[in-house]
Order: sequence, then structure tokens, then C-alpha cells
Amino acid sequence: MSDIVISVRDLTKCFGNFTAVDRISFDVRKGEIFGFLGANGAGKTTAMRMLCGLSYPTSGSGSVAGFDVMREGELIKRHIGYMSQRFSLYNDLTVWENMRLFAGIYGLSAKQTEERATELLNRLNFSSERNTLVGSLPLGWKQKLSFVIATIHRPEVVFLDEPTGGVDPVTRRQFWEMIYEAAEGGTTIFVTTHYMDEAEYCTRVSIMVDGEVRALDTPFRLKQQFAAESMDEVFRVLARGAKRGG
Amino acid sequence: MRAFIVLVQKEFLQIRRNSFLPKLIVVFPIMIMLLMPLIMTMDVRNVNVAVVDLDRSTTSHRIASHIEASEYLTLAQTTAEYSLSIEALEQGEVDVIVQIPANFERDMMIATPKRISITANAVNATKGGMGMQYIVQTIARTLSELRGEKSPSKLSELVTIENRYNSTLNYRHYMIPALMIILFILICGFLPALSIVGEKESGTIEQINVTPLSRLTFTLAKLLPYWIIGLFVVTVAMLVARLAYGLIPVGSVGAIYLGAILFIFTISGLSLTIANFSETMQQTMFVMFFFIMIFMLMSGLLTPIDSMPLWAQKFTTILPPRYYIEILRSVYLKGTSIVELWINFVALGIFAVIFNLLAAFTYKKQV
Repeated sequence: MSDIVISVRDLTKCFGNFTAVDRISFDVRKGEIFGFLGANGAGKTTAMRMLCGLSYPTSGSGSVAGFDVMREGELIKRHIGYMSQRFSLYNDLTVWENMRLFAGIYGLSAKQTEERATELLNRLNFSSERNTLVGSLPLGWKQKLSFVIATIHRPEVVFLDEPTGGVDPVTRRQFWEMIYEAAEGGTTIFVTTHYMDEAEYCTRVSIMVDGEVRALDTPFRLKQQFAAESMDEVFRVLARGAKRGG
Repeated sequence: MRAFIVLVQKEFLQIRRNSFLPKLIVVFPIMIMLLMPLIMTMDVRNVNVAVVDLDRSTTSHRIASHIEASEYLTLAQTTAEYSLSIEALEQGEVDVIVQIPANFERDMMIATPKRISITANAVNATKGGMGMQYIVQTIARTLSELRGEKSPSKLSELVTIENRYNSTLNYRHYMIPALMIILFILICGFLPALSIVGEKESGTIEQINVTPLSRLTFTLAKLLPYWIIGLFVVTVAMLVARLAYGLIPVGSVGAIYLGAILFIFTISGLSLTIANFSETMQQTMFVMFFFIMIFMLMSGLLTPIDSMPLWAQKFTTILPPRYYIEILRSVYLKGTSIVELWINFVALGIFAVIFNLLAAFTYKKQV
């Protein structure tokens, strides 16, 4: 069982009387691409924020990269990368300055930063944009850059919160190629999305409705289970009963 | 250490790329130090005086001409009817009325004369009060002159006056240190808070919160650029005070800088603490203004602490600017040494530590 990277048991988050995340439990294995699906307001982002050490769980337990989500949030942060739903790199800094900043924060030396940044920029075919202000990049490029920066310190797990929202199909395709590449390198990917074609790319998928995990399996078996032809259908069957969001 | 360096680098880059911050940091101190001392003056000038002369004697003429000659007083009208000048007072054309009773000169020679009456419009209490005082002085001088012509010893030879430390009683020299403090509060108080809340509003702080960066490193890296800017501002302010108003500190410049460092630490720490509790720019601005109002009005920047009610005087002991204004004024005007002012430095040091720790620990990376 040593290859389990994320393990969650009865994790709950309440805001006052509202239970945003209601006793969810699951395990994610090393190198998996774990799709975390759910309608708007189902509690995906809240759950993810708890796993990243941005938010304290109300109850339940969980561990990420071997550290407890309740008490060892700061240790978790050394081993994960996070890409927020909202673009959150510095628009008034250049591509290179953003990379240098986050590499430095994660403790890479000046030399390591230079090597890593050059390597990543080359892989992205992005070397010519090294000194471009991030604010002036098109959205698709911004999202790719966010992903690259979230993985600059070679984390064990990367959390991606709707990384391809608003991105064109070609760039989406490229983005998923990057995800695959990272997963092949042994990085675990924890990703939320609203695109059901993307759900098909995941190793396993969980679907959240009203704060609870209602289904969890490989896309193939979920389709079997719900006698559906596509993940889109599976999602609609489950989300139909949702009381909130939508 | 590497994290700290890249963060400070980032702060400076962001300040430099901002379209108006660099200009503000340079223009603001020069503007305030250059213009405000001219405007913020408590000297009362142009007091309009009406003389109701019922005596029509040499003495009453001499009083009127002395009023006319005064630097502070303007002789607005001379009438023989009190009701006319009261009307002028009501219309605001006249600030003070001096009524010289009939037969004043004659009575002065032989017996106790009827009193000269002075009526002042005290809506503007300062102007009324000061105008009144100037007139009493002017009349007293006239009368003593008259008397002096008849007796050998002159009043002006009996009294000598010396204003120590601010020898010309220049109100500007009193105000310039206060303006320097207002500058610190505006630049080192507002900018760090707005910078943090700006990161909250744009969401970039979340990307920082999800890294293992320590709260203290982040806070110090955020503040360091503003500390440096603060020291730049104090230098500019001192230069302007010297070049434009000839105000040179009697005491050591080192004492001024030491105080500035402690005060800047304090005010920027307070600023970040406020930012940590705010979600939006409006919130931050509003709370900052609340503190700034109290600092400006209660720390002895504009009015002396000694003339406040006792409870207010006690309250000022928890206001950091109170300690720095004392340092600035004593060093600038009296040349007091650091050793004599030690209690002020210690107080500022304590505030600096408290506010910066508060800033670091109220910053929540996980909620």
C-alpha cells in the first residue's frame, strides 16, 4: 500500500450550517491521473483546498504525500504543486521572473532555477517568450505556464483546479499531453474538469454531487455501471439529482 | 534565504512596473514638504479692525495708526458710531472692534479713564483670540509710548523676551517634523497594506499560500522595500526642509534616522496587520483612515499634547507617532541627544516588534 499518495477518510468541511464537503473517502495511487468531477458548487474546490493545506477540514482525516492534512499542512506544501481555478501568476512579472520567483520559494538555487527554467521553456517551445510580461500572454499560454510553474520543483502530486476552463480545443489537447508526460514521470495528477472528453483521459474518476462522492471508478467501468455510452451520460445521470449548484 | 531574495526582487519589480507608484514616491515628499509649510500656519494675519473713535484725540489717532502699521492687523474702518461697526462685524467685514470712549485722553491725564472696549468675532476662535491679543499689545505699546514720553524709563527696556530653540517663533519649524511623520504614515502605512490586499484581490496570494514559504519570510520581504522607500523619503524631506526653509537639525542626523527606522517598522507592521484582516481595498482604506485620523489629531502633531484633557494625554502613550514627533522636534530644534530621548526610542522599538510580529502571525496561510 506504499504507493498510495493521497488517502482521505470521511473528510468534511462545514461553513456554518452549510456542509460543503460531506464525509468523502478515497485513495489515489502514485502516477495516477485522478479526475475529480462534479457540478458547480458540488464541493470540488473546497475538497481540493483541504488537500493542499489551504483550508482546515472540519472533521475526518486525510494524508497527502504521507503528511496529515489536519496538522502538517506546511509539510504537504513542500511536496505538491497547485494550479488554482483562477489564474494566479503575477501579471506584472515576465515569464522568467515568475519562474525564478516560484523556483526560489521552493528552494531551488540560482543555478538549478536557470537549468530547470530553460528545460521547461524549451519543452513548451516558449523560449522566445521568456521576457514577455505574463499579463500580455493569451489565456491558453497562461494556463500552460501555470502548469509548468506548479511542477517547477518536481512535486509528487499536482492539483489542477479546472486547468482548461476557457481554453481552445487545440491548447486543451496540448495541455493534456503535458499532463500525461508528467504522469509518466511518476507525478500524481489530481484534476477537476467540466469537460467529459477529458474525464475519459483519466485513470480513475470520482463524481461529486452535493458534497458527497457518488461514484468512483475507471471511466470504462463507470460507463458499464450506469449503462451509458459516454462519461457525459454518466455525469448527467448523477448530477440530475443534485439539489444545489448547477 | 534564496526565497527571501527572490521575493524582495519581485516586490521591487512590481513597484517599478507600476505606472504611478515610482512617481508618487518621488513627487509626494517634495510636494508636501515644499507646499504644506506655507499653508499650514497658525500665525493669524489680516485681522480686520474697526476703530470706533469717540475721543478724537492725539491718543486715539495714535492707537489707530499703530493698528494700521501692524503687520498682523488691518484698519478696515474708522467710525464714530458703534452700531455701524457692529453691522460690519455681522457682515464679516470686520473681525475686531476697538471702541475708544469719549474724553479718553483727557481722563487719562487727570484720573482713571473709561475703559477702551474690544469686541471680537470669535466664530473662528483662533483668529478672534489672537486678533484680540495683538490689539491689546498694540494699545499697550501705544500707551506706554505716551507715558514714556513723560517719564525716563521705557517699558521696552524693562522687559526682554527670548524664545529659545525656535528663536523666530516660526510656526513652520514646528510643523515640518509633523509633516515628515504624515508622509511616513501615508507612504509606509498605506502602500504595504494596499499591496497585500491587491494580491488578495488578484488571487496571487493563493499561489503563495500553497507554497511552503514561511509567514515571517513573506511578511519581511513584503515590508523591506517600503522600509527602504521610507528612508529615501526621510532623506528627501530633510533636504527639502533644509533647502527651502533653512531648517537644519541642531542635533544628530543619526538620531533622526534611527527614529525613522523604528517608526517606519511600526507603521508598516500596523499596515500589514490591517491588510491581513481585510478582504478588499475599501475595507483596508477605511480602517487605515480611522487610525490615521487618530494619529494625526491625537499624537501632538498639530496641537500640543500638554493642552489635551488628562484622559487624552494618557491615551497618547499608546500612539507611536507621539514618540517620534517628540524625537524629531527635540533633535531638530533643541539638539537633544539619543541618550536623553532613550525612552522614546525604546517605546518605538517595542511598538515595532509588536506590530511586525502581529503582522506575521495574523497572516493566515491555512483557514
